[in-house]
Amino acid sequence: MTEKGIITRVTGPVISAKNMRGSRMYELVRVGNERLIGEIIGLDEDVATIQVYEETGGVTPGEEVISTGMPLSVELGPGLLGKIYDGIQRPLDLIKLQMGDYIKRGVEAPALERDKKWEFAPVAKKGETMGPGDILGVVQETKTIEHRILVPPGITGKLLEIAPKGKYTIEETIAKIKTAEGVKKIQMLQKWPVRTGRPYVKKLDPSVPLITGQRVIDTFFPVAKGGTAAIPGPFGSGKTVVQQLLAKWADADVIVYVGCGERGNEMADVLREFPVLEDPRTGELLMNRTMLIANTSNMPVAARDASVYTGMTLAEYYRDMGYDVALMADSTSRWAEAMREISGRLEEMPGEEGYPAYLASRLADFYERSGRAMLNGKDEKIGSISVIGAVSPPGGDFSEPVTQNTLRITKVFWALDADLANKRHFPAINWLQSYSLYLDGVKDWWHKEVGAKWEKMRNEAMSLLQKESELQEIVQLVGPDALPESDQAALDGAKAIREAFLMQNAFHKVDTYCPKEKQYRMLEILLKFNELMYEAIQKDVPIERIRGLPVKEKLARMGTVPDAEYQRRFEEIEKEMEAQFKDMVG
Amino acid sequence: MAVSKSKEYTTVTEVSGPLMVVEKVSDVAYGEVVEIETPSGERRRGQVLEAQTDKAIIQVFEGTRDLDTDWTSVRFTGETMKIPVSIEVLGRVFDGTGTPIDGGPSIIPEKVLDIYGAPINPYAREFPRDFIETGISTIDGMNTLVRGQKLPIFSGAGLPHNELAAQIARQAKVLGKKEEFAVVFVAMGITHEEANFFIQDFERTGALERAVMFLNLADDPAIERIITPRLGLTTAEYLAFEKDMHILVILTNLTNYCEALREIAAARGEVPGRRGYPGYMYTDLASIYERAGRIKGKKGSITQMPMLTMPDDDITHPIPDLTGYITEGQIVLFREFNRKGIYPPVDVLPCLSRLMQGGIGEGRTREDHADVNDQLYSAYAEGRRLRDLVAVVGEEALTDLDRTYLEFADRFEAEFVNQAVDEDRSIEKTLEIAWNLLSMLPESELKRIDPEFIKKYHPKRRGGKTG
Repeated sequence: MTEKGIITRVTGPVISAKNMRGSRMYELVRVGNERLIGEIIGLDEDVATIQVYEETGGVTPGEEVISTGMPLSVELGPGLLGKIYDGIQRPLDLIKLQMGDYIKRGVEAPALERDKKWEFAPVAKKGETMGPGDILGVVQETKTIEHRILVPPGITGKLLEIAPKGKYTIEETIAKIKTAEGVKKIQMLQKWPVRTGRPYVKKLDPSVPLITGQRVIDTFFPVAKGGTAAIPGPFGSGKTVVQQLLAKWADADVIVYVGCGERGNEMADVLREFPVLEDPRTGELLMNRTMLIANTSNMPVAARDASVYTGMTLAEYYRDMGYDVALMADSTSRWAEAMREISGRLEEMPGEEGYPAYLASRLADFYERSGRAMLNGKDEKIGSISVIGAVSPPGGDFSEPVTQNTLRITKVFWALDADLANKRHFPAINWLQSYSLYLDGVKDWWHKEVGAKWEKMRNEAMSLLQKESELQEIVQLVGPDALPESDQAALDGAKAIREAFLMQNAFHKVDTYCPKEKQYRMLEILLKFNELMYEAIQKDVPIERIRGLPVKEKLARMGTVPDAEYQRRFEEIEKEMEAQFKDMVG
Repeated sequence: MAVSKSKEYTTVTEVSGPLMVVEKVSDVAYGEVVEIETPSGERRRGQVLEAQTDKAIIQVFEGTRDLDTDWTSVRFTGETMKIPVSIEVLGRVFDGTGTPIDGGPSIIPEKVLDIYGAPINPYAREFPRDFIETGISTIDGMNTLVRGQKLPIFSGAGLPHNELAAQIARQAKVLGKKEEFAVVFVAMGITHEEANFFIQDFERTGALERAVMFLNLADDPAIERIITPRLGLTTAEYLAFEKDMHILVILTNLTNYCEALREIAAARGEVPGRRGYPGYMYTDLASIYERAGRIKGKKGSITQMPMLTMPDDDITHPIPDLTGYITEGQIVLFREFNRKGIYPPVDVLPCLSRLMQGGIGEGRTREDHADVNDQLYSAYAEGRRLRDLVAVVGEEALTDLDRTYLEFADRFEAEFVNQAVDEDRSIEKTLEIAWNLLSMLPESELKRIDPEFIKKYHPKRRGGKTG
């Protein structure tokens, strides 16, 4: 395409250009003499409004705008795992090689390496009829992830040729399919526009929990594979720590971590840790199942908008192969703010708090790309995308538009609480405010895989915590001594659950990840303690004596008992506890 | 400044607030610097905020007083805003636009750098882990600062944030290492008196030789404040990443900076965000704060300590709120402590250092540091909770253990938080005070501390005296 527009106005990340007739919404354009990357976000007669994904200082009206005829797209193929990209899928490691320590403008770098050869093994046979989603062949991308090369959406026909087992670059043709429109050559490298969801057959109900190793999440407020969760909280309440914990320990096959408008040092932290940490399930390095999208707060604001879509498209690509993918977006508020900034520059009529009126629909569109889905292809693959979005409400006020619009869509709400964080109760997830709508969906799985009492125990613990909060109100008025001993026992029991179970030390080498069976046992023992305490109180044992039981300290430290020995050690603690109560009562 | 591309116009059509509109222009670049000559011949500088085919909107840094639509002339320089740098800037004092005001010669530039810089590639960042000992217990012990961090002080009007900042600048050091260290001090809209306090403090301690000062004072034009921090940070980047120095940047006061930002937004008639501040304030603040850090393979570092006063001590006000979302923690000053005579009046509960975990522990501070910190926090929070409770129900309703926690909270404030303005506590000393306080509590309450550490460091176990 040689259509050329002329810039007429530059204001921050938004520019206007005339002579743009024939352009389409969301078309990718190159702006100015430095060929900055931009996207058309508005058209009026022959004037196009363009958001630019790079710094616009020095851009002058009169310079050209070149249309590309293509929407903003990402490259898909082997080599994505372990990479760190900016918001428009430029690899940051290559940018560093080209430009040094700072990100300058006008950089061009391919998202996937062109000359690397991958070991391709064909699966489909010549002469077979192939349709979208059918597996042509596989590439062992990392030790644990087999990259399935699928027939791209929209192509159906007879397989004329398939490459034999061997090493190929992503641009070499590996198959030819005879379609109604002619013969299509297929490479491992494919492209897909980021703002369009990739097709699937149908969505399924999520019924398998995404196990994260975080007790308060897995046991109390679980998220399902294919589910959506929102994690709002004021600054310092630990959003990023929770997001990173989930990225580390969630039992998904592939992780997409989008750092959207957040801190550079946080990305540096992920880049330092992930290449050395091991996945507890496979023993593989975490980095080998992870893709990072880093658009830090000081990088161009328009690219924040692109970064969440880029991340989602990468997630969909691996889902289509039949994998369980988890996407963490930290923070969606920064994305919403980018929308607000661009909208303000366009002088659009603002909605609530200056956010554009389309905020809710954009958020809904994004979260709706999650889900557990039956996929295209004859082998009836099932894959899922779970989305966990951090929200940063101004002043920690959950009534603001981004939090509220997010909560209308997501099924799990982990409310982070500044008071808990101030007391160093981490993860600072408030157990009274939070909820999960997947409890019914995942309980059968827990009962089958872990233990039959899961739902009962969870409800029992929750009602104890609920009771604690009611009693606390009375204590605030009359002091704890005025309560009957049985209520004081309820306070003690709830405290034990809070301190031993809900609190979890992200920086302790054992406690950072708690296997599901261990969670189950911990709760079982804590509830048993509670039961024994009640029995003792009924038999007139003074509560002061129960408070002095030596086993209480061991209960509080259960989380740090190494996974290999917890079964034996918990058994001992349980016996000790029973014996100590027996001494008192008997 | 480049001369070849320069174009001069006298076609100013509108002057309003800090902004000026020039028409019938051509080839004006977004962000380029303009030189303005007032009718009386005075020279000022401005920058293009919006460029159109034949029109430009300009923000004027030194104020729009005396500008008119007939005689004022505008020259477009074709350059972005730049600052000359060299190692000679150390020991010098500049005004808010980078002109020397200490009577010394102008800087012979080794380099001329764009003041807006460029974002550091996250892939090139080194994760900050070097412990900086500030000699202040509430920071070293509970909110540890590391090299490359940005840790703001959230203060209120009338609280001693300046004293605290000066004390940190004086005492900050990295254990066991002798390295090039310098302070870049950036003042935005502070009073002469405050500026003098820093200058005198730096002079008295000899720190001035290792400092660069950029002063935009309260009576200087407000819009100038937009560039002052960027001059300071560009200088800091040069000293850190090209001259291998460890730079502490003190920025005061960010509240004034944000006011200037709001003024420009209002003058442009932009859609206001919360409390009238522009919707892009987060992005704008990030372009300042994110310039802290370390770079792989480079020796130097930039540590930032921005200061801001929370209007009405409200931590949810947009300025502290957006700052807290970008910076790696915050130190919060508490009016009640100041009234009680506790210095520094740091309330540790809302304080945080996000980079603490990486900067402490064996080989950095001490192996028990993380556990001791956790325990101090939870014990002090319990004491504070009980203090509120006592206010309602009286002390009689409490158990013995509760009373111990109350006493713990009192002594914690008096012995741990409180220290003299010239008292430089080592990390060992800070941890010793912490252990003495913790030994008030029964050992079974020390649930957050590894039993091994209790055995090794608990005063009773070591046969030492209890506090």
